[in-house]
Amino acid sequence: MPAYWLEAIVVALGLLLLLMEAFSNSKSKELIRVVGIGGLIFLLVPFYFAVAPPADNAELARFYVYDRPAIFFKLLALLTTILVLFMAYDFRKTLNRFTEGPDTEHGTGEYYALPVFACAGMMWMASARDLVSIFVALELVTITFYILVAFMNRQVGSLEAGVKFLILGALSTGFLVYGIAWIYGITHTTNLETISQLLAANSSNPDLHDGISANPIPLLFGLSLILLSLAFKIGAVPMHLWIPDVYQGAPTPTTAFLSVGSKAAGFIVTLRILDPFFSSDITRSQTTIVVLALAGLTILVGNLTAIPQTNFKRLLAYSSIAHAGFILLAIAAWHTGDDDTLSSYQAVAFYLGTYLLITIGAFFVLVVVHNSEGSDNISAFDGLGQRNSLLALCATILLAAMAGLPLTAGFYGKFFAFQLAIESAHTNQILWWGIALGFVGVAAGFYYYLKVVRAIYWRAAPKDDLIAIPRISRYAIISLTLATVILGFWPEPILWLIGA
Amino acid sequence: MTLALILLPLFAVIAILMGANPRAAARNATGMMLFAGLGLAALWALGTRTFLGVDFLVLSKPEIHLALNFFDGMSVIMMLLSVIVAYAAARTGDCEDRHAKLWNISLLLIAAGAVGAFLSTDLFFFYAFHELALIPTFLTIGILGRGDRKEIAWKVTIYLAFGSIILLAGLLWLIAASGTPDLSFESLLKCTVPVAAQRGIALFLLIGFGTLVSLFPFHSWAAPAYASAPAPISMLHAGVLKKFGLYGLLRLHPLVPIGMASWLELIIVLLLGNILWVGFVTINQKRLDSMLGNSSVMHMGYIFLAIAALIAAQSESANPIAKPAAILLMFGHGVTIAMLFGLADRIERLTGTLELRDLGGLAKQAPKLAFLFGLAAMASIGLPGLANFAGEVMVFIAGFKGWEPDTPPGWVQIATILSLWGLVISAVYMLRAFRHIFQGPTVEFTRNASDLSARDRSPAVLLAAVLLIVGLFPNILLQFLEQPEAVVAREQAHITQHPRPPQPAGSAPVQPHPSPSQ
Repeated sequence: MPAYWLEAIVVALGLLLLLMEAFSNSKSKELIRVVGIGGLIFLLVPFYFAVAPPADNAELARFYVYDRPAIFFKLLALLTTILVLFMAYDFRKTLNRFTEGPDTEHGTGEYYALPVFACAGMMWMASARDLVSIFVALELVTITFYILVAFMNRQVGSLEAGVKFLILGALSTGFLVYGIAWIYGITHTTNLETISQLLAANSSNPDLHDGISANPIPLLFGLSLILLSLAFKIGAVPMHLWIPDVYQGAPTPTTAFLSVGSKAAGFIVTLRILDPFFSSDITRSQTTIVVLALAGLTILVGNLTAIPQTNFKRLLAYSSIAHAGFILLAIAAWHTGDDDTLSSYQAVAFYLGTYLLITIGAFFVLVVVHNSEGSDNISAFDGLGQRNSLLALCATILLAAMAGLPLTAGFYGKFFAFQLAIESAHTNQILWWGIALGFVGVAAGFYYYLKVVRAIYWRAAPKDDLIAIPRISRYAIISLTLATVILGFWPEPILWLIGA
Repeated sequence: MTLALILLPLFAVIAILMGANPRAAARNATGMMLFAGLGLAALWALGTRTFLGVDFLVLSKPEIHLALNFFDGMSVIMMLLSVIVAYAAARTGDCEDRHAKLWNISLLLIAAGAVGAFLSTDLFFFYAFHELALIPTFLTIGILGRGDRKEIAWKVTIYLAFGSIILLAGLLWLIAASGTPDLSFESLLKCTVPVAAQRGIALFLLIGFGTLVSLFPFHSWAAPAYASAPAPISMLHAGVLKKFGLYGLLRLHPLVPIGMASWLELIIVLLLGNILWVGFVTINQKRLDSMLGNSSVMHMGYIFLAIAALIAAQSESANPIAKPAAILLMFGHGVTIAMLFGLADRIERLTGTLELRDLGGLAKQAPKLAFLFGLAAMASIGLPGLANFAGEVMVFIAGFKGWEPDTPPGWVQIATILSLWGLVISAVYMLRAFRHIFQGPTVEFTRNASDLSARDRSPAVLLAAVLLIVGLFPNILLQFLEQPEAVVAREQAHITQHPRPPQPAGSAPVQPHPSPSQ
């Protein structure tokens, strides 16, 4: 089965869910949730049998690539969506309270259908290799998120987040289109493969074409505009300002989806767009400087502003900015991989794979705590160790993994990023700055993640009653934590998935 | 087979989580660890090298192995120290029933982490197991500690996390600079690190490991932490886990000898800070537990002195006593401080206080306790016949090794002479504490105290026996280490394979004695 059927099936599933919503009973949306989750899980079967589309279909091949990174990021998108739908299952009480009928599920059906469309968009982004298809896929994801963020329309926070996200999202779309226009104007193509060939030809023969090698500035200007827009997607400085507010205001499953799915899809697109520019001698050094600057600033801003946070969701928002910084460091240290070292694609994929497990796990914990305490503040975690020791233990492990402690999956992601950076720093001294800032970031990370652990174990609990974990959340938290620990001892499975 | 030493405590943790009796599980598991450890050490001493280790490939790019084995005699000795102290710690102290789970799980995890760190022959797991042991330390101090426990635990967390990060940076730099094909010690130690990178790497390693070992001025976390933590945790951390930093320095020193030597003066100043400055601080302590905590920090200075002698000599063969001296003193100090913390906990349980001025005359009520405490105090001062004496004598000999009587003393010799005064300081505070607690008339707190029961005595008796055996017959441990001839042969082989790059002029450190092997 050609791979593009996968996206088609996902879209069909989404349409089916919308149709079911139109005819469904307003009291319960149970069926929509079950069909949505079941359909996506079932999709893993055809996914296993999917093959690259035939090469003779040139028109399709122009837009659609099915290689190892594409497979991995499609899998990542699917898993994220499934987990987010599970999380929405346990979040439904809060969701119902702030939508049309406070005690019914009236008007919440779309909340379970829209992530499926976003999933299709992310899967397309994983395969896109033309600026146009990238743009279309990216907009599908972004527009879906406009709705998902503002979904709790009776809560001011959610609406405020929605407006902020809409305005900044529209701005970043503008940057993206403008950047694409510049690149098209210079290269007369939107296809990344062709751009790559063009740059390669120019570097071997400087007189060949339009003088890109004589003056690469316009091309780099276009690239910078695109990078700005992608920085919005992946949550990198200077386009990170929306993240804390939107994360805090949005319904928690949406936040988790934004912070994992949307970010991962943004990174695969970033990698694909930067690939030709890093591979060419004409543009490599400038591109490295730009990406390194983004990485360094993102690490610094993300980690340092996370320190004073008192709200756990905001803390996760800043931590998500910080993680984006570490991933960007792995990209800035562009490496095509050899026997001892992963390529940048693989290091980023690995980081995001472990990040998915850890972050979704942390959001599950947050949903449980929020359901019980009605608050997202770190003080809501006070004394969690006495109120539910299992939840406390899992939360501790997940937070330790976020901080990058050894023997958790989180360590290896950072390890690979730093390893790549050190490897490349031998040829490009400037990367040492990124490494130094990275260590400052890791040190700050220890502080603010352990601050939550401190609340969990060392603070007295305000109440004595035990916190119950709903069934789905319990299984999800336990399995995600176990995966974090097992991959911490034995990361080989992810390496196998990313083809290292 | 070495895997058993890690799996035993981990299985016990799982058993406790599943509902087994926490105390029994911890005691049985550490008891089995002790037997397994002694057996493995005996096998190693008899020359068995195969079947002892395990080696799993956990990551192919770069190659990382979960490899547990005795890399050399130093690993064997540190493993023995870990299992002995772990067994004693599991039999020391008592807690409320509702904390029994946490208490015993932490203890087991720290033991597992320490053994894992000392047995890992792969740099990654060497680092990672130590981190694994630190987490329960923080949590236990924060939850079960005495006094201002949350502030203290937070301070310890920040200090040690800072130290670990610096250390990690140093290790990554070391890996990058050495160009090692994988992270195992074996291939790492075959590499040569460029001289240009050595200086920086050495500083990172010194600060990183130094913070973990409470090297002056990064020592202020240690004494409050030991005073606050429950007794078994103090025993394990001060006795075993803290030695990780020293072990790491000794292990990685051959890679960066020139870089280390360029920081010799700094190390000397800092270690004198440990011995003299912290020594005077210790004299001024009013509580037994903070006095013991500070004394533990102070005694790290002696081990650093041995390391400084090794660093000055730049190679093991140039000063063959330095490394065995450091290892023997690490062992002796670990056993002694564990015994002292264990007995201090008993004193507190018998009398309800550790304030020195509130105590007195306890020897009349509890003569056995007084004898054991006296023995441990004497060991700590360095009484001949006990393990610390053997170690300290070797340290002082190592300090003067290679010095010609008619030449002016070098840095290491001056430091050694000054450190000798540390022994006086030790004697002052230890004997004063003994007098305050055990001698004089009985006072309110000690009037109704009873002596130790046989069960309460058992951990201290075990540790005292170890101190005596090692003190009277240090070779029982030293036989595990390489003989000087073997060291020379190994270093020669390394030099012929990788000729050391010539030292650039100007960066050569003060060398009190030329090293014959180079």
